[in-house]
Amino acid sequence: MPEQQTKLSEPRTLQTGIIGEPIENTKRDVPILEPPPLPENAKLSAIGKPYPRLDAELKVTGKARYTFDVDLPGMLHARRVLSPIPHARVKSVDVSEAEKYPGVRAVHVLETILQQSVLRDPKLERPSRYPTVRYAGQPIAAVAADTPRAAEAAAKLVKVEYEPLPHVTDLDEAMKDSSPPVFPGPTEMAATAGGGGATPGLPEHGNVRGPDKGSLAGGPRGDVDKGFSESDVIVEAEYRTQVQTHTAMETHGVVADWREDELTIYASTQFIGSVRDEAAEHFHLPKNKVRVISDFTGGGFGAKYGIGNFGLMAIYLSRKAGAPVRLMLDRREEHIYGGNRPNSIQRLKIGAKRDGSLSAIKLEAYGTGGVAAGAGVGFAASIMYPCPNVLTEEYDVYTNAGPCAAFRAPGQVQGIFALEQALDELSEKLGMDPLALRDKIDTSGTEDSKARAAQRRIGAGRFGWKAQSKPNSSSGPNKTGPIKRGYGVAQSHWVSVIYPPTACEVRVLADGSVEALSAAQDIGTGTRTVLAQVVAEEFGLKYDEIGAYIGDTRYPPGPPSGGSRVTGSLTPAARNAAYRAARELAAKLGPILKAEPDEIVFAEGKVSIRGKPGSEMPFREAVQKAEIDEISCRAVRNEDYDGYLMKGPFFAIGKQGIGGVQFAEISVDIETGRVKAERIVAVHDCGRPINPKLTESQVLGGVIQGVSYALYEERHLDAKSGQQMNANIDQYKMVGAFETPRIEVHLLEQHGGHSSTDARGVAEPANVATAAALANAFYNATGKRIRTLPMNPANVLAALRS
Amino acid sequence: MKSNKFAGKESARSTRSAVLDTPHDASLDHGVFTGRLPAPLTLSINGANVTLLIDPATTLADVLREHLQLTGTKIGCDRGACSACTVWIDGEVAASCMTFALDVRGKKITTIEGLAQDGRLHPIQQAFIEHDAMQCGFCTPGMVMSCAALVEHDPNPGLDDVKKAISGHLCRCGTYNNIFKAVMSTSGQSRKENKNA
Repeated sequence: MPEQQTKLSEPRTLQTGIIGEPIENTKRDVPILEPPPLPENAKLSAIGKPYPRLDAELKVTGKARYTFDVDLPGMLHARRVLSPIPHARVKSVDVSEAEKYPGVRAVHVLETILQQSVLRDPKLERPSRYPTVRYAGQPIAAVAADTPRAAEAAAKLVKVEYEPLPHVTDLDEAMKDSSPPVFPGPTEMAATAGGGGATPGLPEHGNVRGPDKGSLAGGPRGDVDKGFSESDVIVEAEYRTQVQTHTAMETHGVVADWREDELTIYASTQFIGSVRDEAAEHFHLPKNKVRVISDFTGGGFGAKYGIGNFGLMAIYLSRKAGAPVRLMLDRREEHIYGGNRPNSIQRLKIGAKRDGSLSAIKLEAYGTGGVAAGAGVGFAASIMYPCPNVLTEEYDVYTNAGPCAAFRAPGQVQGIFALEQALDELSEKLGMDPLALRDKIDTSGTEDSKARAAQRRIGAGRFGWKAQSKPNSSSGPNKTGPIKRGYGVAQSHWVSVIYPPTACEVRVLADGSVEALSAAQDIGTGTRTVLAQVVAEEFGLKYDEIGAYIGDTRYPPGPPSGGSRVTGSLTPAARNAAYRAARELAAKLGPILKAEPDEIVFAEGKVSIRGKPGSEMPFREAVQKAEIDEISCRAVRNEDYDGYLMKGPFFAIGKQGIGGVQFAEISVDIETGRVKAERIVAVHDCGRPINPKLTESQVLGGVIQGVSYALYEERHLDAKSGQQMNANIDQYKMVGAFETPRIEVHLLEQHGGHSSTDARGVAEPANVATAAALANAFYNATGKRIRTLPMNPANVLAALRS
Repeated sequence: MKSNKFAGKESARSTRSAVLDTPHDASLDHGVFTGRLPAPLTLSINGANVTLLIDPATTLADVLREHLQLTGTKIGCDRGACSACTVWIDGEVAASCMTFALDVRGKKITTIEGLAQDGRLHPIQQAFIEHDAMQCGFCTPGMVMSCAALVEHDPNPGLDDVKKAISGHLCRCGTYNNIFKAVMSTSGQSRKENKNA
């Protein structure tokens, strides 16, 4: 079959808008091979239904196989040697004793280090066989042995000679001229498939790299000084957020199986394609000799891309030992170098006219991603609300700490914590309701602003917003006692990311069964399920009758499970392939049913002729009667019908974003400083929800991670030793059952006329607004702003005293 | 995939386990003095007896996962802080990563693989499916074991009982609310309290 890359397109009229609100006719140029537009979910049979996830039974019975569970014949176990000091040159590494230990099969010393910034001029550092250690816990070497215990014992026998260098772990300290440098000169940090990276060529002074003026978000506009001079009201404050670690339940890891003819990698990853490509690159293998398999990934949240240092080590060990090697990080390593969300210091100033219209936004922000760059937070301030005068200046600050990684809406979670609090403060100064202020300023006229307006209205109704009291009210529930309740709201925004190479193959087999294949993976969102639902719709079959196969790089390219991009990338490709396979099948069924192919309808598990009652035949029976050879159609994710805002190496960004509005109720004990999230109402959009049950799960999870970030989580490094002091689950506080608030989720169904399914993502925006909504509720409860996260007793009592 | 029903048929695996965990040169490890020489033991797992030769320091979690290929039991922290490794010992929940295999001789071990009876899912498993009380699924087996134990002990738990039952469990995807709903849907108290979940 020819690829669906044709330039031929035709004008089509598409119905766009939010279901339940006025619908518009929108003209778009659509490639002629694209299927006809789908009606609203209520009129569909498989799409839009809240079905249980296809692999649910595998998960509740323990049969789902994660990388951690892969056990190959003769498989070895690996343990790492980590640097105990935070900054050092490695003078020598002696592995002779380790190699002699019983059961040891291979030792590998890393000579390349991935996932961190690199010197623009490597000659600034004395040449060495070994990478410079820049954080405590940086991996140096790994040992593979018959048993985990032998590997662990042998790893302790690796002798590393260090030449210690001065180090710095604190953000404020690292910004000083007197601070020890983490890198001896200017650096670069390339973007990866997981996003991140830093704008190349920026100035660097000591550990401070920048400013990045946010060219991706449009760059500086107007004249902020003039904008402030013309403002009637100005709010200005400093906000601080903490370092958060991803803490996926399954740690990073791989099972690497190096053979003469092929390298197979089982990977706990968000993107099997990136694991394959990086392995091929580092080991000089053609991509068709590297196979990556990921049946299930135990969470990722942005940090699981590429092969990583652990993958490098596992592959080297497998090659040396001639046996498969399982290398999973332990929980402590996961905290230290498994990725993190950078912290931030944000100085945000917003000016507005008396009527609320924005006149200027200025943000100066610093953050540290340890030895990696990517701490920018200015995206929200730059693009969320139209404003004539905008200046954002973002700086990366290097510290001797583990590298950051993309984390569920990187930058946006920190940025919106500041921005949405500043707007709350602005609305109070203007004497406007916070929702009325957003009505005034969220006026881009795009589908984003229309979605947000509906979300504010719906959310306010569900939350009972109008009934809320004044800040620090001494009436109602706050009249007596130390527990004060308050209510807050904040908006969320993220971009709609598409992975343009996404493809899907749909097959109708001779027995009448149908399968769909794509090299996507599932990190918990329900990828197999949405794939099956979209394909089932075209054939009139039940979703659980579809074979939905993902998690293998031998399938057509699938999207990364990051950037909220799977459903928006995969489902249009899947529907395009299924539609064409169904039409091809109809052509073959025509002669048998004595009907024109166009008259053949697939519905309710049957094939029938349109308008002819009694012509139904069970689907499988009909296919078998047609005696077809296998039908196979492969289709790609065509460009959005209205084009893209921009296109990069691993992504394209659609013209309409995604987002939501969240309302929070909080209780604050003003004596102990304990804060509890009581209730969250989250109203979100994701284009067309393919499976509302699974979409709702993602919103619930986003809110809970948002609460966890806002109230509990914080990585603590000891400045003197450079060690993380809370690198395990019992020490790194997160939301558990008792900290979980009541959460109500409401989803919009919004058709944008962008693709053949009009589905978009949801996972990231669900996490973005929560901290800001809680902070605004904190103010409502206490009359004090909390501008430092997390809202733990120390920060809360400090805020209450201010 | 291999079937996990073993009633004395696992001798091949047991032999392999013994070989793997025996130090190649025991004298190097001072195994005689530290009790690290392999010891034989018989365990009752999911209703079947299995005999193994293991290093005495081996945890129940490692026996299940590495020796018996019962990988439904997960390890999230290996220090009893996340409860992903929850199994039943004589019907009571326990962290298998904090339990030495030698200490559970003569006790009945139930793992996630042994929860369904005669191919019928436990009502809690069914409720988890219906309420989508899972995302990535890595914490799910442990959650299921604790919630199933709860309703086995008290068929009518309240919302606070459910929270207490899983209070030691970590779910990073944030499935708590749906777990509350799933368990409450099986409880006689569900009509009263489910709306608060």
